[in-house]
Amino acid sequence: MRGLIAARVGMGFLTLAVISALLFFATDCLPGDVAAALLGPQATPEALATIRASLRLGEPAGLRYVHWLAAVLHGDFGRSLATGRSVVAMLRPRFQNTLALAGLAAIVAVPLALGLGVAAAMRAGGRLDRAVSTLCLLTISVPEFFIGYLLILLFSVQLGWLPSLAVLHGGMSLAQRLGAITLPTITLVLVVLAHMVRMTRAAILSVMSAPYIEMALLKGLTRGSLVLRHALPNAAAPIIAVVALNLGYLVVGVVVVEVVFVYPGAGQLMVDAVGKRDLPLVQACGLAFAATYVGLNLVADIVAMLVNPRLRRA
Amino acid sequence: MSRSAVVVAIILAAALFAPWLAPYGEAQFVGGVWDPPSVRHLLGTDNLGRDMLTRLIFGARNTVSIAGLATTLAVGLGVALGFLAAALGGWVDALVSRGVEILLSIPVLISALMVLAALGNSLAVLIATIGLLESTRVYTIARAIARTIVVREFVAAARLRGEGLVWVLAREILPNALPALAAETGLRFSFIFLFIASLSFLGLGIQPPAADWGSMVRENAPAINFGLIAPLYPATAIALLTIGVNRLVDRYLAAESRPGAA
Amino acid sequence: MSPPLARREFLRAAALCGAAGAVGGMASLSGCAVPDGGGDTTGMLRIGMAGGSTSDSLDPRTYVDWMPINIGYQLMNGLVEIDAEGRAVPELLESWEPEGDARVWTFKLRQGIVFHNGKSLTPEDVIYSINLHRGRTPSAAQAVVENIVELRKLDATRIQITLAGADAELPATLSDYRLLVVPDGFEDWAHPIGTGGYTLEVFEPGVRCITRKVGGYWKPNAAHVEAIQVLSIGDAIARTNALISGQVDVINRIDGRTADLMRRNPRFQVIRSQTGQYAVFAMNCEAEPYANADIRLALKYAIDRERLLKTVLNGYGTVGNDQPIPPNNPYFAKDLAAHTYDPDKARHHLRKAGRERLDVALDVSDAAFFGALDAAILYQGAAAEAGITLHVRRRPADGYWSAVWMQAPFCGSYSDGRTTVDGALAKAYKSTSASNETRWRRPEFDRLANLARGELDPARRRELYGVCQHMICDDGGALIPLFMDHIEAGSDKVRGWQPSAIYDLMGQRIGERVWLA
Repeated sequence: MRGLIAARVGMGFLTLAVISALLFFATDCLPGDVAAALLGPQATPEALATIRASLRLGEPAGLRYVHWLAAVLHGDFGRSLATGRSVVAMLRPRFQNTLALAGLAAIVAVPLALGLGVAAAMRAGGRLDRAVSTLCLLTISVPEFFIGYLLILLFSVQLGWLPSLAVLHGGMSLAQRLGAITLPTITLVLVVLAHMVRMTRAAILSVMSAPYIEMALLKGLTRGSLVLRHALPNAAAPIIAVVALNLGYLVVGVVVVEVVFVYPGAGQLMVDAVGKRDLPLVQACGLAFAATYVGLNLVADIVAMLVNPRLRRA
Repeated sequence: MSRSAVVVAIILAAALFAPWLAPYGEAQFVGGVWDPPSVRHLLGTDNLGRDMLTRLIFGARNTVSIAGLATTLAVGLGVALGFLAAALGGWVDALVSRGVEILLSIPVLISALMVLAALGNSLAVLIATIGLLESTRVYTIARAIARTIVVREFVAAARLRGEGLVWVLAREILPNALPALAAETGLRFSFIFLFIASLSFLGLGIQPPAADWGSMVRENAPAINFGLIAPLYPATAIALLTIGVNRLVDRYLAAESRPGAA
Repeated sequence: MSPPLARREFLRAAALCGAAGAVGGMASLSGCAVPDGGGDTTGMLRIGMAGGSTSDSLDPRTYVDWMPINIGYQLMNGLVEIDAEGRAVPELLESWEPEGDARVWTFKLRQGIVFHNGKSLTPEDVIYSINLHRGRTPSAAQAVVENIVELRKLDATRIQITLAGADAELPATLSDYRLLVVPDGFEDWAHPIGTGGYTLEVFEPGVRCITRKVGGYWKPNAAHVEAIQVLSIGDAIARTNALISGQVDVINRIDGRTADLMRRNPRFQVIRSQTGQYAVFAMNCEAEPYANADIRLALKYAIDRERLLKTVLNGYGTVGNDQPIPPNNPYFAKDLAAHTYDPDKARHHLRKAGRERLDVALDVSDAAFFGALDAAILYQGAAAEAGITLHVRRRPADGYWSAVWMQAPFCGSYSDGRTTVDGALAKAYKSTSASNETRWRRPEFDRLANLARGELDPARRRELYGVCQHMICDDGGALIPLFMDHIEAGSDKVRGWQPSAIYDLMGQRIGERVWLA
């Protein structure tokens, strides 16, 4: 197992390198550059030329990438082309915010989803099952920004219980922060719940049709014990995969929610960086996101192996 | 027939016979902005003064077809690759899984802009892009399921009997993976529905004035602040289709999960 | 290890991980590494505005979007202000005098003004501040000061500016929001020093900014609130919700329907400014088929401007007539032929160009102007009646100004109002302009416009500018259907809030103008 992990970590770094190259050249190929983005449509050609010279944009893309990579291997992620500030200093607080929101949503959503999925599977076809299914299917039908708007309309505008803006800053107490972050968290929970609930339910139901389950039923096991001790561990594989996908989404894919709630996360930072063609910042954000996915995939595979020892031989 | 089947059938009929069913033209301006429902406009008008019911009917035609094709592509590709990676293991698994990781890590915005810049804008490009990007998620789940099945005794037995790879995939792995994959397909269809709207917003895909339910929700969303329910019409349409499709999946799962079945 | 034991251990480990994640989540939540600030909030004006980005800087050379401009005016002063009637009034420059031909101007500096760091304002500071934008500089304002040939100090209270071409409205030109005054040699843009009413306390680009009153502000009847907080809120619905739920006092850039909604509520006030901001569909006069003047006129008659005004702006604007000077401008030519929607006239011009039908593509994005996509769709419907098939192509907002504007032969664009007529004309209509989006080049137009710029007699200027407007309206490639009002809204507790003649939020000087009841 240890060898496996080492191999995966090694491959993970390779993946990150490939992603960094892809992002660099893709962003570089997009129309416009940081000079045009900074100065706007009214810029004179001379001003553009001055900025381009100072940022060494004239060098060929391959050379600039190599410079960047060499610096990164020494731990230097460089400075933002648009603001001159350290890329790490810009990214760190925003990524922390993203992780906080993702973590909170995950803590609520994952146990809730597993619980609802198991409950729905145990009483398949019953009223609880149908109610849970309908709730899930409703939430995935609605775009996330609309869920956000509806929640704001209800809880901020009509009831006034919670703030509509999730802007965080240093002077806030923990209670204030939690208040600010409540609506975005609920939105995200609603968005990811459905996938995990439905997959849990489907996986357990499919396992329940296996002969050994019938055997266990005949042996006199209660349904609850049956599901938890025999069905769930065998159904774990797709459930783990779905949870990993949704955790990845919570970190990487929530820029729409950030916009609706004005939450200072890493998603918006990356969108701004791409818009300004600020390559060092795009790279750093991209690597942070990629590392998240790579890490989640690795953890998911390990967990799958822990749960199902037969996989360790593969 | 069950209620869900009826709902899905109605929507499919709307999609197929849109030009005959719709009371007005898809791009026809018939009234003011967000007019309330009336005899002439059963669901009122939209954010530009077009008949909402007409836009819903044409939206069915535009989006259901694209979503259907993209889902087929995503599921087909994801399942095929996922099963292969699980069955073959080793460097095949490593290579494809890393490729999928790379695709998953690139934010959708950048992928969409890159595709637009490189391949231009057309329905074929849209379907291919969605199919490819969404197949990564199907792949992750298909591979996870297949890996569990591949290590079971009956698969080893089949292998020992000399059965070929494709036979093993089709006759041993697929039937056992079907329930979870069916659930995933139903959900994936709904996600793709909304993904189409996000991409159209970015400029890839459905061009105005073609109607698209997801985009209609976005375009009419501001009406909510004025106490008007205009965005709820396309949202309800999406919900009905989603619930209908997934309920049909549920019925299939219910049939399959009786002990002793399959 | 037998499998069941491993699973139990796994479950226990998972629970621990979950708990650790929760604690970690809380820890990073409470340790959200953003600088401290915003302790005392009484007497604080809270603005929620569109126009901020994480790459913002307070260096005036980089002011391209509204949030840094608004903050800039809190911390620093400009040379000249534009009052509510659109006239140039003194700010740090107290008075001015042109020489006979308006090519040389003498400016007197206001005396007794002190920067936040205690230094007194001298002509060297003003000269340095203007020179930041001249020469080999990465400034977005280079085009504004291009006309300055020489800038020198005359004595301790006066400076002299010599221009390449005469400009009768030089003071108004110098009111540009990038020409802010800092001490001579100043470079520390993370902590700008100015002569404004407030100093910087917190600045998180693209998120928020807090400034605090200094006291002893030289400007009479200004700087009333104790502190100002500006929040960057890009999404229009989020801005509206922030105002309604009481988290901000002032918001900008709301649409016409939201404005009506706010008006009905006595808790809020709506301020509407006509600043000459306009939307344009620009045709490339050097490309087919737009090179033909009749085709251009056909397209101009094929759009229903009244309907656009009603549907897209909900009436908050004015119908445009294919030239950039708005009706409320003193130099507006009242005798222009109105290009009202007329499919028959459009067909007539098509036939004059030798065609029965026309098939063209219009590239737009909501990045071009608010409601551009909707406007294009409405245009598409109206043009069909005239035998013109308009394909609307939605392009990505990202990179629109690099990839579509000035590239696509028929595309959406917009322009802010300008403080001078010459500014409006020079930006996009003179042959020499780098942003001449229609590539319409008429040497006669350039000659007349430059003549008018230097003309000190108002009657003669009006005549000259009239001819210019006719030329653009009848022959130009700019289809300008709408002048768009700026609409902002806020709590009724904000007092002293007036419409502005230029930009929104009182020319972005709202911070120092209003007070809270």
